[in-house]
This record gives sequence, C-alpha cells and structure tokens, in this order.
Amino acid sequence: MTTETKELLNFDYSKYDFKDSTDNYTYKSEKGLSSQVVQDISRMKNEPEWMTRFRLKALEHFDSRPMPNWGGDLSEIDFNNIYYYMKPTDRNSQSWEDVPESIRKTFDRLGIPEAEQKFLSGVGAQYESEVVYHSLLKDLEDKGVVFLDTDSGLRKYPDIFKKYFGTVIPPNDNKFAALNSAVWSGGSFVYVPPGVHVEMPLQAYFRINAANMGQFERTLIIVDEGASVHYIEGCTAPVYSKQSIHSAVVEIIAKKSAKVRYTTIQNWSKDVYNLVTKRAYAYEDAAVEWIDANIGSKLTMKYPSVYLLGPRSRAEVISVAYAGRGRHQDAGAKAVHMAPHTYSRITSKSVSKDGGRTSYRGLLHVAKGAHHVTSHVRCDALLLDEESRTDTYPYVEINDDTATISHEATVGKIGEDQIFYLMSRGLSEVEAYNMIVMGFIEPFTKELPMTYAVEMNRLMALEMSGGVG
Amino acid sequence: MVYELEVKDLHVSVDGKQILKGVNFKVKQGEIHAIMGPNGSGKSTLAYTIMGHPRYKINNGEIILNGESIGGLTADKRARKGLFLAFQYPVTVSGVNLTSFLRSSYDSIHSPNGTPGKGGVPFIQFKRTLDQKLNLLQIDPSFTSRYLNEGFSGGEKKKCEILQMAMLEPRIAVLDETDTGLDIDALKVVAEGVNKLAGPDLGVAIITHYQRILRYISPQFVHVMFEGKIVHSGGKELADQLEEKGYGWIKGGA
Repeated sequence: MTTETKELLNFDYSKYDFKDSTDNYTYKSEKGLSSQVVQDISRMKNEPEWMTRFRLKALEHFDSRPMPNWGGDLSEIDFNNIYYYMKPTDRNSQSWEDVPESIRKTFDRLGIPEAEQKFLSGVGAQYESEVVYHSLLKDLEDKGVVFLDTDSGLRKYPDIFKKYFGTVIPPNDNKFAALNSAVWSGGSFVYVPPGVHVEMPLQAYFRINAANMGQFERTLIIVDEGASVHYIEGCTAPVYSKQSIHSAVVEIIAKKSAKVRYTTIQNWSKDVYNLVTKRAYAYEDAAVEWIDANIGSKLTMKYPSVYLLGPRSRAEVISVAYAGRGRHQDAGAKAVHMAPHTYSRITSKSVSKDGGRTSYRGLLHVAKGAHHVTSHVRCDALLLDEESRTDTYPYVEINDDTATISHEATVGKIGEDQIFYLMSRGLSEVEAYNMIVMGFIEPFTKELPMTYAVEMNRLMALEMSGGVG
Repeated sequence: MVYELEVKDLHVSVDGKQILKGVNFKVKQGEIHAIMGPNGSGKSTLAYTIMGHPRYKINNGEIILNGESIGGLTADKRARKGLFLAFQYPVTVSGVNLTSFLRSSYDSIHSPNGTPGKGGVPFIQFKRTLDQKLNLLQIDPSFTSRYLNEGFSGGEKKKCEILQMAMLEPRIAVLDETDTGLDIDALKVVAEGVNKLAGPDLGVAIITHYQRILRYISPQFVHVMFEGKIVHSGGKELADQLEEKGYGWIKGGA
C-alpha cells in the first residue's frame, strides 16, 4: 500500500458523527437496574399488570443468568452504569410538524422525511427510548395493517399483543433477551391481516443519543396467512466514549404461506455493545428472510434465526459483517428445521480491516422426523491486512438421514494482481480496494432497495477510507 | 502532437532476479509493433513494467511517454496519461458488474475536471460511447451485465479486454498475448479488435510467442526479444523468418 493510500485510510471522519443536547429529556430513570426501576418504567407507561409481572419475572431471569462466555468479550459492561429508560417528549407525534425542533434537526440529518417521500409507506422513528414520530399511509390503514410503536401496540391491540408477545423469544431464552424483556421500550408492532400484501417496505430508524444510555427496543411482527411485508431497520449512532448497550428483541411470526423480509443496516458507534436476539417462526409454506448488515458497534452478537415449524417453509439469511479497528462482529444465523421439506440458505460475507475481528457463528439443526430438508450454508471472509482476524464456528446437528446439506467456507485476501489490474484502468488504489470489497458484498447489496444500496455503498466507502467511528 | 512511448536501456528485476537487461524500444501513435521471443525472454515483464506493476523493479533505464519519465508513477496515473495494457490473464473481480466497472474506469480516464472517479463524465455520455463501442466490436450488450471476468471463457476475457481498450481510447496500448496463439477464439477476438481500433490515434505493441496472430494483424515493425534484450528489429519479413527458422536461429545469431 502506498503512503498516500495509508494517509487516506487514516483520515478522521468523526466530524460526520451525530450528537445532540440531552437537556430536553422529560424523564430519565436512575442509573442502574433494580426491580424499582423496572416497576417505574412500567408505571410511567401505564402498562397492564400482566406486563409489569412479565418485566419483573424477566428481571429475575436476567439476575440469575451468568454472562455468556462463548462469544465476544462482555467483561467491560457495567450494568449499574446505564440509564434504562428515557422519555424525550410527552406525546407521540402524528405528523412531522409536531416533532420538536431539536429532534427534527437530527432526523433531517438522517434524511428521514426525504426518504419517506420517496418510497416509504410509514416511518416509526425511535429517538432514545420513545417513539416520537409515527406516520402511516392511509391505504395501509384501510387494509387493516397495523404499524405502531410497540407501546402503542400494547395499548391499542391488547388481545393480539398478549397472544404473541414473548412467545417466539421468551424472557428466559438468554441473558440479554431477559434484560430486554425487563426494561424494553419502543420498537415496532406490525400486524398484517390475511392475504394483504404490503408493497412498500415499512421502515424504522433507531438511535442512541445519550452517554451510557441503554436502548432496549422490542419489535413484534405478525404476518397472517398468505400476507407479505418487508420491514427495514436502519441504525446510525453518535460517538461517545463511554459504553452503551443496545439490546433488542425482534420476534416474527409468519403464518401459513406468509412472506416476511426483515432488513437491517446496523451502524452503531464503536463504543456500543449490540446484543440482539432476532427470531422468526415460519409455519407451513411460509418464507422468512433476514437481510442483515453489521458495520459498526464495539461488539455485535447477533444470530438471526428461523424456526421452520411447518412443512415446505423456507428460510433465507444473507448477512454482511464489517469489522474495522477495535470492533468485533460475532454474527451468524440459525436455521432450525422442525418440519419436512423445509429449506434454508445462509450466505455470510465478512470483511476485517485494521485489526478488526469477524466471527461467523451458525447453527443448522434438523430434527428427527423432519425429512427431506435442504440447507446450504456459505460463508466467505475477506481479510484486508495481516493484523485482522476471522473465525468460523459452524454448529451442525442433523438428526434425519434424508437431509441434503452443503457447507462452504472461504477466507480470502485482496491480491496485488487484482489491485494492479484495476489501477491499470485508471482507478486509484483506494478506489480499487473499494471496488473489490463492494463486489465481495454484492450478494447482500443487491437485495437492498435502491436508495439503501446507495447508502450502504457510501457507508462502506467511508469505512474503507478511514472509518466513521 | 504524436505520442511516443520510449523504453530506454531498461533493466528490471522481479523478486531480486534480473529479467530485463537493457531493453530499447519505441512505439508511436499510428504504429503497430510486434514483440516476439521464446519463453522466458522477458516479454511479459516488459509489459508489466511499462504499466507499472509494483513487483517489477526498475534498476536502470527509463520509460518515457512524450518526453516525460513515467517509471515512478503508479499504474492509475500511467493509465490517465494514455497507456493501456491488455492482460494475458485478466483478473476476476467477483460481484463487480462490467458496466459499473467500465463507468468508473471511463470516468477516471476521461473526467474533464481533473477529479477522476467522481462522476465527472455524465452518465449519458458514457452510455452513448459504450453503445457505440459495443456496436463497433459486435459485442452483445448483455455481456456488460456480467461480473468482471467471472466465469469468462478465454475468448470472452479477450473480448472484455478489447472492449476496455475501446472505451478508454488509449494512445499507446500494449497487448500481452504471449500464449493467446493457443486459443483460436481468443486470438481472433484480439486480432479483429486491434484491426477495428487501429488508426492514427492508437499505437499498438503486441507481445506474442507464436507468430500465428500475425496472420491476422500486419505489424509494420517486428522485434525479437531474447534473454532480456531486444536482439533484432525489422519489418514484417522478420516474423516470416522466425516462422521459417524458429527461435533457434535467434539463439545462434545473437
């Protein structure tokens, strides 16, 4: 690499980071976690008693579970040094004009109104722990589609909410699911009635904006028989020096013949622990797709899962992990085949640079009696320098002889000849590296809506030329 | 102004091994040269060094384009000065669509505002040029939606190289076709491409081991390389002599 290129790669891009004043918060919980804090949160939200009990029960699970020690390094997390709840404004705004000025400014920088005009059917934007802006196009409402923040979902649709909430990921699933269950706030609640196809993607943005503030959003998506929806979650976060936790839970229920796609572009700042549990149930002939990019954070542990519960259901997980300096992406996927003639395909692409570390951690499980299962797993890693690292941890449990399984894994480097070839066509060294990396993650990018693909490429180009923090 | 590439007393080593031992050679816009020689004589090394591959170290001598010494420039800067190298074995870049690659490349070379790769050339201008070149070379437009060299046959790889040459409109092009003579499809693609693109604005140096390609292309100048030097230069009749007598004749005569 030339000196010039190295200089470019070391450029400080932190000036593009977001940061806003936290003076206007109307409520901030005490730092630290206790049953009192949990009860306060529930009371602030005027929740029904069953939810308060659910939260307290979850807190017990959280307290009794040891920290997981099989993934990334979690030893620096101090659960007593985190705010578990913040409420920036008192009301939920219905239109963009009602959103307070300081918050609008932030969203302007994120380009939300523009994005909405272009192709979005609804925006649920989470600022801190509470959703402050929410809109839904009239035709979706007419079709009976529900797209609300999760707190409103609980208030307005208590029956359907209670029926499904916590059923895909129960509070005792893992330590961080328990944490989320105890202190969750915000997130999206989506219900698509039978046979309804939501043509435009539903979208939500999430941000962490206060030092040491945990963000625990909770998303529940129910897609009824023969219905379909595409949900997009995009994250950006400002840089702070103290650690933050983002610990979300996303539950998806895809009923008979339903189709669900859930797309994430995760770009937390480099001090955020991103510990997320995402799982979907796919019933007979249903199809679930997780399209998942992890660019930022200090440590991400996230393994989007599909439980294939009905015959002929299908799962697809396409993921990209990028680990720059000081980052560890421990990401992967799980496909649990519980029914015959089910299909899963997992494609994972990872890029490590400047000493960053990526790990692919995947589970493929075929239950006894789940005959004629097909599964393809492919993970490709790209190492951009000698100090970076990548590992693969595939767990395979096949309990039925009729399964057709393939697993491929490659680790590659960018060759001098590839760079020379592109440079001989006029591209600079940085542009040549960019182009090769873009090509490498193209199986992911091509699945994104156009504007997101453009954003993704821009983000990666920025990362490749120095990192955004 | 007529562009001229001059290679002057060029000594080059690769991984510490001396390969070129004083090569002298000139090519001008409008000329077609053939550089021939047995295996290991340094032909591909000459091609890579002219374009600026970082593994090839110039120990002595110069590469001069229009009076400017370019031996210290990186490959991208040489490309922007009008040099082109058609690779013997073009490299695969997975996931990179040929059109978007050509767009970036075209923009780097032809951007009018001196900020290559930043969208200096309007897309419509690029597209018009691309359509015109595809038509000229009789390449099906669907070809450009494939990934760069991925899964290409020998002939398709050459087609892709010739298309890039057509798009970038270099003043001097070096074609490393050392082994192409073995693949008749590839050979025809290269020969037809060169014949279509040749003209007063383009100078060509074809590097080849087999003289077969010269049945399709008529060079005005033929050079013979042997053990890191050009040992004979002449007109087309030199190629005929090589055809007749083989490289043994050179070894004996050198």
